[in-house]
Amino acid sequence: MNYRVSLQGQSLAFRDLKTLLARASPLRAADELAGIAAESAEERALAQWALAEVPLRRFLEEPLIPPEQDEVTRLILDRHDAAAFAPVSGLTVGEFRDWLLRETDGERLAGLALGLTPEMVAAVSKLMRNQDLIAVARRIRVVSRFRNALGLPGRLSTRLQPNHPTDDPRGIAAAVLDGLLLGAGDAVIGINPATDNLDNVHALLSLLDELIQRHAIPTQSCVLCHVTTSLELMRRGSPVDLVFQSIAGTEAANRSFGVDLAMLREAHDMARELRRGTVGEQVMYFETGQGSALSANAHHGVDAQTCETRAYAVAREFAPLLVNTVVGFIGPEYLYDGKQITRAGLEDHFCGKLLGLPMGVDVCYTNHAEADQNDMDDLLTLLGVAGCNYVMGIPGADDVMLAYQSTSFHDALYLREVLGLRPAPEFEDWLNRMGIFNGRNALAGEGRNVPLLADLTGLAGSSA
Amino acid sequence: MSAAAWEALRRCTQARIALGRAGHALPTAAVLDFQLAHARARDAIHRSWDIASFAGEVAARGWVPVIASTPVTSRVEYLKRPDLGRRLTDESEQCLRSRHDPAIDVALILTNGLSSTAMDRHGLPLLDAIVAALAAEGLGCGPICLAENGRVALSDPVGAALGARLAVMVVGERPGLSADDSLGIYLTYAPGPCNTDAERNCISNVRPPAGLSYAVAARKLAYLARQALRRQLSGVGLKDDEPGFALPKP
Repeated sequence: MNYRVSLQGQSLAFRDLKTLLARASPLRAADELAGIAAESAEERALAQWALAEVPLRRFLEEPLIPPEQDEVTRLILDRHDAAAFAPVSGLTVGEFRDWLLRETDGERLAGLALGLTPEMVAAVSKLMRNQDLIAVARRIRVVSRFRNALGLPGRLSTRLQPNHPTDDPRGIAAAVLDGLLLGAGDAVIGINPATDNLDNVHALLSLLDELIQRHAIPTQSCVLCHVTTSLELMRRGSPVDLVFQSIAGTEAANRSFGVDLAMLREAHDMARELRRGTVGEQVMYFETGQGSALSANAHHGVDAQTCETRAYAVAREFAPLLVNTVVGFIGPEYLYDGKQITRAGLEDHFCGKLLGLPMGVDVCYTNHAEADQNDMDDLLTLLGVAGCNYVMGIPGADDVMLAYQSTSFHDALYLREVLGLRPAPEFEDWLNRMGIFNGRNALAGEGRNVPLLADLTGLAGSSA
Repeated sequence: MSAAAWEALRRCTQARIALGRAGHALPTAAVLDFQLAHARARDAIHRSWDIASFAGEVAARGWVPVIASTPVTSRVEYLKRPDLGRRLTDESEQCLRSRHDPAIDVALILTNGLSSTAMDRHGLPLLDAIVAALAAEGLGCGPICLAENGRVALSDPVGAALGARLAVMVVGERPGLSADDSLGIYLTYAPGPCNTDAERNCISNVRPPAGLSYAVAARKLAYLARQALRRQLSGVGLKDDEPGFALPKP
């Protein structure tokens, strides 16, 4: 079907829905690289007018990627809940934006989730300014639970990311200690391993498990290995709290990651069987990022942001504890500068929340992107206002294993201070009990005696 | 916790731990240290490469430098269009074709890639070591091809145009905060239009004294080149299994 717009003497037609979505997308390098971006600023603005006129129902009638070619499309169509869709089923994309901004009841917004497809959500985000993305996302709370409750109002959690270039257990323990003493780690203590070697991953899982058990830390661990590695380790009895996997929005892109829905389902079921959670059973941790489908040459002509939002349909099938868009990791040929990274981070956070996901954002960049730590400060602050569930905590914001820059333990303390955001309640209690926090959502004085220290220094000093 | 205890922990990792704090924030020294490292990385990426003077140094060694061009017109375009950095201009393609020679075993290409700093600091001494190591294997190199703003896969059209059996690309790697001057070496057997990155072998982090030395990198390359020619493949099917030869710890 053709989509047309005639305005102030200008008339334009777009050959199909995916072309219209691509042309209406705020400028980003990935769509330029794919050759699907608007050719001019005017074409983009006109495409946004045309997109505003499209009925939301149209997205159910015209799949962007044919269901016979793509299991993600089939999943999206199979899971669509007509009853949940009812309140907005008669609206166009433009009217839906107005509806979202008018609806201040977070419960009603959250109730829409299963009635919306990723394409509807991506479409409306393209018509929203940054402040719209923040305002609507802020009203939606998505709470997830394993050993603590993440995403409650007024809370901000952090993933403690203690990576080491050779997975040296002492180096990792040193970074964990540094992070815990700065109040980080309630979302997860999560290591990106240098290698997926089974013994190596098992050793790292055991290190974190021992630490969490011995000090009764109300948090969960994860070693971010491939899902097949986690499956094998669970069969062997390794202490797997959360199963990690990178996912994308098309079947072909997921295949390039070596996964499909059946494999994720198997891992989800197996991890739940372990019953390692104490206050909940949400056992999956997914990472995503705009541009991944394009880099796998698996985007079917669909723009990067819409592909990304389709990945959230994959994620929500498995009720994850954590979803994390690693927004600036992919490089400048996908998101060129701080402006594009900021926009993408806000889009992903909004789209994920509206689809019912517990969204975190890895606020980050590589050295060849036109970005620096000031851009990260800006996006971090915006996400704090938008009610983001969690961000990364990395020593000095410098990941020495993955060679990129993100946010630091100190950055989370900054956000707590300026916005009054507190850690997950169970973890906050623990920080206070351990003498790390002072009972007023801030670090205790530096001379305080922290009982955790002796043990952890021992760990860092002894295991080789 | 005592300063000595933190010092012991700091020796376990290059990560920026135990930075201290000023209120909730990083102390001044930690902020300035980070910004210096980032500034060096940015400069390495955005500095242009003086390819003419590099070519002069190559010629002074008695070798034949050939400057090849990609369609990339600016550093910004290079960063946004990796596809263009993998192609030769028509003119360069013809120039290299005119040098097609069945006696060329190895097509050698150098590009500044993402770090001109790396190429300026390590390019010539590494080239010396590579040429010597390949000659010791009895392998003939063609002209020394130099290209500004190239990607690794540029070695495919260069190698194909020269008719070489192997292509070797030396490229400036993406700078991190801890290293802004790393060179990488990529080896491809039977370079041509259909090669994928899975068909290449990589020797990374060439940056003495902290990283790999020139001699060790060149020796590894010569070993891989000999194996690639013998087994007629490169990439994931060709493992670096040189006996009794472990890499030194960085």
